[in-house]
Amino acid sequence: MPYGYFPGCSLRGTGRAYEESLLPVFRHLGLELTELTDWNCCGATAYMSVDETQACVLAARNLALAEREGHGEVVAPCSACYLVLNKARHYLEEYPAMAERVQGALGRGGMGVRGRVAVRHPLDVLANDVGWEAIRAKVTHPLRGLRVAPYYGCQIVRPYATFDDPHDPVSMDRLFEALGATVVRWPLKTKCCGGSLTGTIPEAGVRLVYHLCREALKRGAQVIATVCPLCQFNLDAYHDDIARRWEDVRIPTVYFTQLMGLAFGLAESELGLHRGFVRMRWRRGEGEIASKSKITSKSKITSKGGSERGEGT
Amino acid sequence: MEPGREEIRIGFYVCHCGHNIAAMVDCEAVARYVGKLPGVVASRDYRYMCSDPGQDLIRRDVGEHGLNRIVVAACSPLLHEQTFRTATERAGLNPFFCHLVNIREHNSWVALRKQDATRKAKALAQAAIHRVRFHRALEVKRVPIRPEVLVVGGGIAGIHVALTLANAGKKVFLVEREATLGGHMAKFDKTFPTLDCSACILTPKMSAVRAHPNITLWSLSEVERVEGFVGNYKVRVRRRPRYILEEACVGCLECVDACVYRTPKFEDAFNEGLGKRKPIYIPFPQATPKVVLIDPATCLNLRTGKCKKTCVEACGDRQAIDFTQTDTYEDIEVGNIVVATGFRTFDARRQPQYGYGTHPNVYTALEIERLVNASGPTGGEIVGRDGKKPRAVGIIHCVGSRDRKTHVWCSRVCCMYSMKLAHLVREHAGAEVYNFYIDIRTPGKGYEEFYNKLLDDGVHFIRGRVGEVTDWAIAPEEEGRLVIRVEDTLAGCTRRIPVDMVVLATGLEPQADAQAVRRLFNMSCGGDGWFLERHPKLAPVNTFADGVFLAGCCQGPKDIPDSVAQAGAAAAEVLSLIDRGYVEQEPNTAYVRDEDCSGCKSCVPLCPYQAIGFDTGRNRAVIQEALCKGCGTCVAACPSGSIVQRLFEDDEVFAEIEGVLAYDA
Amino acid sequence: MKLDRTIRLEGDRDPNFARQVMAIPGCERLKDCIQCGTCSGVCPLSLYMDHGPRQVMALARAGFREEALRSRTLWLCASCYACTTECPRQIRITDILYELKQRAIREGLAPRTLPTPTLAREFAAMVSRRGRVTESELVMRLYWKTDWLAALGNWRLGLGLMKRGRFPLRPERAAGAAELRRMLEDRGEAEEGTKEVARS
Repeated sequence: MPYGYFPGCSLRGTGRAYEESLLPVFRHLGLELTELTDWNCCGATAYMSVDETQACVLAARNLALAEREGHGEVVAPCSACYLVLNKARHYLEEYPAMAERVQGALGRGGMGVRGRVAVRHPLDVLANDVGWEAIRAKVTHPLRGLRVAPYYGCQIVRPYATFDDPHDPVSMDRLFEALGATVVRWPLKTKCCGGSLTGTIPEAGVRLVYHLCREALKRGAQVIATVCPLCQFNLDAYHDDIARRWEDVRIPTVYFTQLMGLAFGLAESELGLHRGFVRMRWRRGEGEIASKSKITSKSKITSKGGSERGEGT
Repeated sequence: MEPGREEIRIGFYVCHCGHNIAAMVDCEAVARYVGKLPGVVASRDYRYMCSDPGQDLIRRDVGEHGLNRIVVAACSPLLHEQTFRTATERAGLNPFFCHLVNIREHNSWVALRKQDATRKAKALAQAAIHRVRFHRALEVKRVPIRPEVLVVGGGIAGIHVALTLANAGKKVFLVEREATLGGHMAKFDKTFPTLDCSACILTPKMSAVRAHPNITLWSLSEVERVEGFVGNYKVRVRRRPRYILEEACVGCLECVDACVYRTPKFEDAFNEGLGKRKPIYIPFPQATPKVVLIDPATCLNLRTGKCKKTCVEACGDRQAIDFTQTDTYEDIEVGNIVVATGFRTFDARRQPQYGYGTHPNVYTALEIERLVNASGPTGGEIVGRDGKKPRAVGIIHCVGSRDRKTHVWCSRVCCMYSMKLAHLVREHAGAEVYNFYIDIRTPGKGYEEFYNKLLDDGVHFIRGRVGEVTDWAIAPEEEGRLVIRVEDTLAGCTRRIPVDMVVLATGLEPQADAQAVRRLFNMSCGGDGWFLERHPKLAPVNTFADGVFLAGCCQGPKDIPDSVAQAGAAAAEVLSLIDRGYVEQEPNTAYVRDEDCSGCKSCVPLCPYQAIGFDTGRNRAVIQEALCKGCGTCVAACPSGSIVQRLFEDDEVFAEIEGVLAYDA
Repeated sequence: MKLDRTIRLEGDRDPNFARQVMAIPGCERLKDCIQCGTCSGVCPLSLYMDHGPRQVMALARAGFREEALRSRTLWLCASCYACTTECPRQIRITDILYELKQRAIREGLAPRTLPTPTLAREFAAMVSRRGRVTESELVMRLYWKTDWLAALGNWRLGLGLMKRGRFPLRPERAAGAAELRRMLEDRGEAEEGTKEVARS
């Protein structure tokens, strides 16, 4: 039974590498993803600041599409899409009056929604439908020696997600262990990346990214793995800005699916790894990682961090 | 007396209950309406029917108008049914000729519009007028009460109940699940607000229990079965093996020294896991009974049968060690039961943002109680799990309290014990102490004064519920320490405060097996899981099971003074029952109409009170009136309709239904 | 030096404000707040906020409409839902902030110095036009409308994205965009209607 697939706008733009790695990895595991025909933007967070009913219509139209195409489950890789689609499902159930308005709007396009489609994140599918053993069995090039900081961000663990713990999610930790990598304990794994604030109010948004990268380096991580296109973009694209404002904390940030692809022995060129600003270059079999620029040393971080008291998050 | 033979003369009284009823129900209109109904001779409204002049109205009317039925429309029967039955009896009528209509809880307090409430009051009153003409004279039976009392739980509340009753000359069985008396209080170092030594107050009472000729103390024991009713409970107590003959052991602890485990190796529950013990041990020096015990899960001999048994050797002629012990049972008969089963503390792991179990230097308050205790694992020295003395300590209030995701209630003791610990930590370690609180609640004698003293002493108070405890440092003074992130809501800014030790003021919650205990004693629980008192103001230590009383925290969080006060109240209730010598039994019991009973036995297993027996000779069910509680289960279940409940007989119930339907709005 | 009056008079309050907010789905529990500060304590952006979520809750329920709607806090919220997850009263603070954002935009009280409201508006416009969002175009419109100097400052980022194929300029659109527009069309009436239904 194929899963419905809702890529979302970012996977066609800044987050292309996510889709480029997700599709072959899922195919490799024998999981079929069927893209919803004619999907539309989920509404995302910015739209929510304009009107909540219309946001719900946007999200609900996608759920209705999935129902029309006979899907019981839709996979939404982007955290924002995942949250918004789930939120719409909750609202349709919780608020009959709103559900009525939404049905009315969908009806004008000849559609309707029954709210029976489950919205799932790829990580949830891996954890609960595939299982770590099945994944371990597919590993041909274990990521031995690679120290990964798993970054869950905010919206896949709260407030509607149920597949992992909101305070201390572990599904990605288990995944990377199955891939043979070393998981770094990192207390910021569910902290916010700043969302769209990195672009709109950089002194606030980019600072969050700075702290995330700085702490990951301090704890010895060689790479940060994300589950969300916006997180990946934020953690990847602002290093020049960060270096200018505070200090250089360059560390590659990749999608968890890219690491899976590497471990499964899929062709590196097909995993979108070339799209990162801070490039991760994994030399197979050598247990070594290199990024385009040198990894900042731990001691440097500690000493320099001292200069910026009282401004943290 | 057959209904219909005599002329029915009904008196009707509607109570204003101040504004409680009169604000929503037009009482005069109700009285006018009912006054016109057939059979009603007198119909009045009055401001407070439960007052003496109100009750006198009934007496006067019975005399002047020859009333023989009384209907009072007022509050819940739980509150004043007895009052008006007694008034009816004083007027010379059988008390069961009086019927109460609840137009307060069921009507005025829940209605939104006056006209609706008034209509409902009229309809309910009319139903009662119809019903009461079928009432029969009933007789209240008296059942004698045994003077023995069972007290369940040997914490400070249970101890106080047991001693009070025993001092009054009553025989008491005190059943305690743990190996020693003392409960939570035995773990505390000091008590608030006087800072007197907890052990100095508690241990003399524990010894007094042990020495009292009227008290039988069973530790390591649990109540397994309860049958019977107020005055005559039959109870079975299971006593778990101690592997020690209590009478033979003198508490010399030579066996502990001699144990094949040279050093203590196993987690010491009394010290909250902070210390170690051997398989043979005594929980703490003043444990009562002062007798060792052997833990079967860790004892080499009990686990494998292969041990040199150096303990037996050390015990020598006393021969107090007995590896053959198994569960034993005691069957006792008691007249009353006091449940004082206490509480447990909230599991701090359920609030993972505070890092308990992740960061070694995050402690629960109970762990700190052991750390500051001179007989605790560090001899009273405050050091973290890393062996270092903290320079700064943060105490987080309301962990597991006032939170819809865990427990909504305020645990009542945490503000005060947090301040006590703040004081002790400052005194023992000289550390800076920060209290993070939502509200400081100090409504006790001397409590606010204690708060003032701490403010003077320089303890920091930050009003804000802590967001998280992390080891993520962003400033040099935070490196290698724990950081508390919190909004200082009074200063109006978010702060990061580095500390070396975090104390979580975990709240109180019902015992894990509270539901099982509730069923055992036929009690009720509130929605929050605490045992429910019969009425918070009128019967605060009674339960809905007659002869079963509550004391201490099993009824809800409370501090030591309140627990002891409540224990005293429970003991007084028990003594009052014992000294009266009998209980009166509600006559609303069920009986079997022999001519209709088919002997199908459906009712027998359904009775929750084991009141229904079966006469095989006559092939009929037989209800023992003394055991029947009038719950009505059998009445509803009987397929031939041959079981009838007094006060709820068919003619009464049908008349009531007709009455309510006859009301024409 | 200009002094602001900080004392609040009863006449400054909009006594219906809290009720109006609470009528919106997700915002029902506004008045349950016990001002414990957990929300600000966990908020990653509270250090830049003028009021913090806790104070915004207090302002909103007390009916200090304008002060609540003018607060910078609304536009610093990154919707990470930490406050909503941690709130011991289970108040959906993020959703209440959304509602306040919507009102601030409608009532023209959103600050002009912050680009976030503009981003929200541009985003919405693009979605109702094409059904999908093209990030490159959105960013350019944002800079155009707010601070084109910032765009100059970020030219390297844009170039980098383009070089890596992450900034496609061809607009994305959903084939059913027209149908979608119909669904969203009766905007004014639908919006009011929903609010009325939700309130009732």
